[in-house]
Amino acid sequence: MLSRHPVPVPVFRIDVMTEADHRRRGLKEQIRGTGYRLNGDVEVREVYFLQGVLTEAEVREIAQTLVLDPVTQRYTQEQLNAEDGVEVFNCIEVVYKPGVTDSAASQLLEAAHQMGITALLAARTGLSYRFDEPVPEDVARSLAYRLLANATVQDFAFGEIRPEFIHPVPGANKATIVPIKDLNALGLQALSSSHRLSLNLKEMQAIQAYYCALGREPTDAELETIAQTWSEHCLHKTFKADIFPMDGSEPIRGLIKTYIQAATTEINAPWVRSAFVDNAGVIEFDEEFDLSFKVETHNHPSAIEPFGGANTGVGGVVRDILGVSHRPIAVTDVLCFGPQDLADERLPTGVLHPRRIQAGVVHGIADYGNKLGLPTVNGSIHYHSGFSANPLVCCGCVGIGPRGSHPRSPRPGDRVIVLGGATGRDGLRGATFSSQVMDAGSGEVAGASVQIGDPITEKGLLEVVERARDAQLYSAITDCGAGGLSSAVGEMAAQIGVSVDLAHVPLKYPGLAPWEIWLSEAQERMVLAVPERNLPALRALCQTYWVALSNIGAFEETGRLRVAFGEERIVDLDNDFLHGGYPPLELRADFQLPRNDMRIAIDAPADLEISDEADMLLSLLRHPDIASKEAVARRYDHEVGGGTVIKPFVGPRADGPSDAAVLKPRGTRDWRGIALANGINPHYGEFDPYRMAISAVDEAIRNVVAVGADPERIALLDNFCWGNPNHPDMLGGLVRAAQGCHAAALHYQTPFISGKDSLYNEYVDESSERRAIPGTLLVSSIGIVPDIRNAVSMDLKEAGNALFLVGDWEGALAGSHTLLVVPHYFSGHPSIRQVPGLSLNAPHLYRALHGAMRAGSVRSAHDLSEGGLAVALAEMALAGRIGAQIDLSHVHVDPRLSLFAETNGCLLVEVQTERLREFPETLAGCSVVELGRVEDSGQLIITHDDRVVIDLSVDTLANAFTPQGQAE
Amino acid sequence: MSKALILHAPGTNRDGDLAEAIRLAGGEADIVPLSRLQAEKTDWLDYGLLALPGGFSYGDALGAGKLWALALQTWFAHQMQAFVESGRPIIGICNGFQALVRAGFLPGDNLAATLAHNESAQFECHWVTLTPNSANHSFWLQRLESLVCPVAHGEGRFVTAHGARLPDELVALRYRAADGRLADSRYPANPNGSPGDVAGITNRDGNILGLMPHPENHILPYQHPNWTRGEQGGLGIQLFRNGLRAA
Repeated sequence: MLSRHPVPVPVFRIDVMTEADHRRRGLKEQIRGTGYRLNGDVEVREVYFLQGVLTEAEVREIAQTLVLDPVTQRYTQEQLNAEDGVEVFNCIEVVYKPGVTDSAASQLLEAAHQMGITALLAARTGLSYRFDEPVPEDVARSLAYRLLANATVQDFAFGEIRPEFIHPVPGANKATIVPIKDLNALGLQALSSSHRLSLNLKEMQAIQAYYCALGREPTDAELETIAQTWSEHCLHKTFKADIFPMDGSEPIRGLIKTYIQAATTEINAPWVRSAFVDNAGVIEFDEEFDLSFKVETHNHPSAIEPFGGANTGVGGVVRDILGVSHRPIAVTDVLCFGPQDLADERLPTGVLHPRRIQAGVVHGIADYGNKLGLPTVNGSIHYHSGFSANPLVCCGCVGIGPRGSHPRSPRPGDRVIVLGGATGRDGLRGATFSSQVMDAGSGEVAGASVQIGDPITEKGLLEVVERARDAQLYSAITDCGAGGLSSAVGEMAAQIGVSVDLAHVPLKYPGLAPWEIWLSEAQERMVLAVPERNLPALRALCQTYWVALSNIGAFEETGRLRVAFGEERIVDLDNDFLHGGYPPLELRADFQLPRNDMRIAIDAPADLEISDEADMLLSLLRHPDIASKEAVARRYDHEVGGGTVIKPFVGPRADGPSDAAVLKPRGTRDWRGIALANGINPHYGEFDPYRMAISAVDEAIRNVVAVGADPERIALLDNFCWGNPNHPDMLGGLVRAAQGCHAAALHYQTPFISGKDSLYNEYVDESSERRAIPGTLLVSSIGIVPDIRNAVSMDLKEAGNALFLVGDWEGALAGSHTLLVVPHYFSGHPSIRQVPGLSLNAPHLYRALHGAMRAGSVRSAHDLSEGGLAVALAEMALAGRIGAQIDLSHVHVDPRLSLFAETNGCLLVEVQTERLREFPETLAGCSVVELGRVEDSGQLIITHDDRVVIDLSVDTLANAFTPQGQAE
Repeated sequence: MSKALILHAPGTNRDGDLAEAIRLAGGEADIVPLSRLQAEKTDWLDYGLLALPGGFSYGDALGAGKLWALALQTWFAHQMQAFVESGRPIIGICNGFQALVRAGFLPGDNLAATLAHNESAQFECHWVTLTPNSANHSFWLQRLESLVCPVAHGEGRFVTAHGARLPDELVALRYRAADGRLADSRYPANPNGSPGDVAGITNRDGNILGLMPHPENHILPYQHPNWTRGEQGGLGIQLFRNGLRAA
C-alpha cells in the first residue's frame, strides 16, 4: 500500500529558466492548433523538486552542478511551504505521477549521492508553463487536459504544484486466497470482471474445475498468472480458435495454422531458420550470420499515453530481438492516426486528439530509438477517421547474429536470472488490458498499464546480452514483456519446471504485493537461464555495463511453476494445466463485408474543386497519406551504425520517398545488404479484406524489389489490427485477410516468418456505440540485396534515360486515393468497386527486373501505389529535380484512369540509354511499356493521345509533396 | 603510438562507429566503459588519442553531456588534465563534444560556451557539408578539403556566454550550403541554427577538436547519400588520419 500523508520532510524547488528558448515557438504553434490565440508569450521552466533535510548550500550545489547550463540558463531555489498553492490561471505545472519512470529524477538522485549529498531522499522533475497574460480559466483547463498534461501519467496544477512523494508502507508479502470452487456462472463472470481477468465463462469454468480437482482455492497470483498466460496477447486465442463460417462452409481449425503457417510450411524455403517459434522470425543472411525480424503492435497503450506507449513499443520489440540472442541493428515504424484536422466536436469523449497522439508517438519512437543508437530506417503513416480513438503503432526491429548462437533450453539447476531495471507497479495487467475494448473511462482504469521507457537501461541490456551470448554464459533467454515475470519465467519453464522466490526481486519501492511483483510489466528486463558456474562472469559483465542482476530461483524438473515469497507460497501450478488447460475457443465468422457505418465518421470531404488532371495530381501529392513524411523521419536518427545505404529520403535535395531502406550491417563480409519495407492500405480493407491482404503482400514485396532485393530471398511478417473478433462480421474480415495472406504468400513463394495480432481495437462511446478501426493488415518485408553496389534509389537520375512501366497494370479504383480526394471523380466507372487483385505475372516480373538490376541496367525504380502512376512519376521527378516527357496512350484509353487508378504488381523503371535495347529482352514475358524520356527541362510533361494532360514544374510538384513549414 | 582510447559512458552509442573509422584510418581502438577505467585505474597516457563518441550519456537526462562532463571533472580529472597537457589529440563528437564543452575543455580561453537546443527545438537528422576554417591551424584539419556527413542531435547550437565572440582561429568547421557558400544559418544546411554556422571548434593548442556532425558515419563511399547518383567525396577518413598522425 502507498500512503500519501504529508510527513514533515522539507521539499525544495529549483526553477530553471532558459534564455532565447526555442521551445516557445513550437509551443505557441501547438496552442494555436487547439484554437486559442495567446496574447503575449509563454515561458517553459524546468522544475526540480528535492525532498530531504538539505541545507540551502546543498540545494544550490545541486542546482549549479547538476541541472543548470550557466551559459543559457538562470535558476531560483526555494523551500516549499506547507500550504497548498493558490489556483492561478497564468501558470500550469505538470509532474509525472509518483511511480512513473522519471529518468532525470533518478539520475539527479544518484549524482547527488555521489557528490556526497546523502540527505536527498527523493527527487521529482516537472515543467512549468507561464503565460505573460492570464488565460481564461476554461482555456487554461482545456490547455492542461488537451495539450500540456496527460492525467493518466501526470499530475498537474494551475499555479505552483505541490508534488506528492510516495511514502511506501511495507507490504504484507502474502498471497490472498480468492474463493472460486463454489461460484456459479454469474459469480465466475463477476470474478473475471472484478479482477479484470478478461477470461470468458468457459475459461473460468476450466479454472474452477482445476481447483475443485486439487481440492483447494486459488491465490490471487495464480488467477492472475492464468489470466495472463491465457490472454489474447500471450496466447493469440483468436488466431488459434476453431472458426465456424456462417455461410456453412468448412470450419477453420486455427487461422495461423491453416493459412499463415501453412503457406510457410508449403514453401519450405531452406533459408528460413525459424518461423513462428521464438518472439522473432529468423532467416539466413550469409554463410556466417542470420537475421531476425519482428514487428510489434503497441496500439492500446499509445492511445492513452502516446509518448510512453510508442516509447515502450520500441523498447519491447528490441527485447524481442535480444530474446533470439541477436544484436538489434535497425528499427521500423508504421503508424495509423485519425485525421490531424479532426474537428474537436467529433472527438470521442475521453480520447486524445489525433494530432496530440501523432506528436507523442513520433516523439516516443524518436526518444527510444535514438537513445539506443538504432537507426529508424523505414516506416509509413496513414490517416483514417476510424483510427481517431484507436491509433495503430507498429514498431519493428531487425537483428543480426552468428548462426547457431541462440541457445533455447533451460537445464535443471540453471539459475533464473533477471537482468535490467527494478520492478515497480508498472504496467500491471497490460496483457489483459490489450485484450479489452476501450471505453470512455479506459484512460482512468488503464493508468497502471501505461509506462514510460528508460532506453539507457535497455542499452545496458544490449551490451550485456551480446557479450554473454558470445561467452556462452546462458542456456536460454527471453524478454520480459506483457505479463512480466509470470509470462517470461512461465514460458521458459513450460517444458521443464521452475521455482522462484520473489523476495529476491529488486523493487523500485517497497509495498508491492507478491502478485504485483510477479505480474509487473516494468520495462527493460530480460530473463536468462544461467548455469551456476557462469554467474561470476555474468555478474562482472553486468557491473561493467551498469546493469542490475538478480538471482531469483532455479529451473527444475518438476513440470510445475512454483513461486514463493520467502516462506509464503504464492503460486503452485501444473505446467500442463497452465499451458495446455485452456478450453479451445469457438468463434463464428460472417463473410459479409464490414459495415462502414461503424466507423467514427465516414470521411466525407466536400468534393474539392478539381479543375484538371494537374490539379488532381497536386491534390494527391498534398493528401496526408501521400504527402512527404520527411518532417517525421528527420526526428529519427537514420544514420547511426553507419550502415544505411538507401536512406528514407533520397535525391539531390534528399526529399524523395524511398520504397525501402537498404542496410549493410557492420562486421559482415562481401557486399550483401538487407532491404526493409512494408505494405499496408486500410482503405482497401473497407471494400475487400482479401484483396487488401493480397495488395499488402505485393506492396511489401515490390518495395524491396524496387531497391534491389532478390525476390527469392524475401520474408514477411504480418500484423493484423482488427476490432472485436467476437463479432462475426469483424472475424469474417479477419479470416478473409488471412486467406489473402495465404494465397499471396504461395503465389510469390514468399514465406511469413512471424506475426502479431492486435484485436479489440474498438472504442465504445458514452452512448454504448461500438466504433471499430478499419480492419488493417500490415505486411513487413525483409529481403536480401545480393550486392549493395547495385542498389537502386527512386530519384530520376539522368536526362536521356528511358522510363518504362513494367507489370500488368490493372486500373482499380475502390479505395483509391483519387476517390478519397474527390469521391465522384470516376462516377459510374465499372472499376469503382474493384480493389487491386493478385498480379498473376508479378513473381516472374520481379525476378526478371531483379536480373536487370544485377546487370546494372536500372538507374531508378519506384513502385506504383497510392495515387497510381501519376503520383509515382511525380515523386521520381521531384526527387531527381529533373524533368520528364511522358506519354500514357498505351496504358489505358482513358487518360484519367491511366494517371490515377491503382494497381498491384507494377513499377516505373529508369533505364540507362546504353541498355535500352537489351532491357525489354531481359524482361521477356512481362508487360513493358516505354513511357518516355528523362529530360533536363525541370518540367513533368504527360501527354495522352497527343493531348498534354499534365505540365508541371518539378518545383511545383516538390512544394505540393513537402508541405510548407516542414523540412525545406 | 596510434592506439585510441574511446570512452563509453552509459548511453554512449556511436562508439562502434568511431572505432570503425579509427581502424579504417589505420589506427587501433579500445572502447572502454568508464566503469572499467575506474575499477582498473587505467593510465590514459597508455593511449595516443582520446575519443569521446556520440550517444546519450546518462540519457542526457539533466542536459546533454552534463553528467559525463561531471565524471570528467571529478573521477577522471587527473587523467583528463594529464592527457590535455600532453598535447595528444582529443576528439569529441556530438555528445562527446557536448561533454567537453560542459566540462570546460572547449573552447578554453576562459570562454563560457554551450551547445543549446536546436533552433527547431527538436532532434534533427540530416546530411550536411562542412568546410574547414583555414584560419585554424590545428593538425586535425590538415589537408582536409570538405566533409560530407550526417548530423543527429537535438542540442547542437553552439553559443557563447553573453554573445562573446569566439576567436575565429578556434572555429574548426562550418556548415556549408549545397551551392558551396556558407549556410548562413539557413535550415537545413545549418541544421541547428548555430551562429556563424559553427559546426566544430578546437582549443587554442589545437589538440582538442569538438564537432556536432558525425564524420565517423562517412568513411566508406556507399554511405554517401547520393552514392546511387555516382556522387563521392567528403569522406571523414582524413580527419581521423590527422588525429592518428599526431597521436
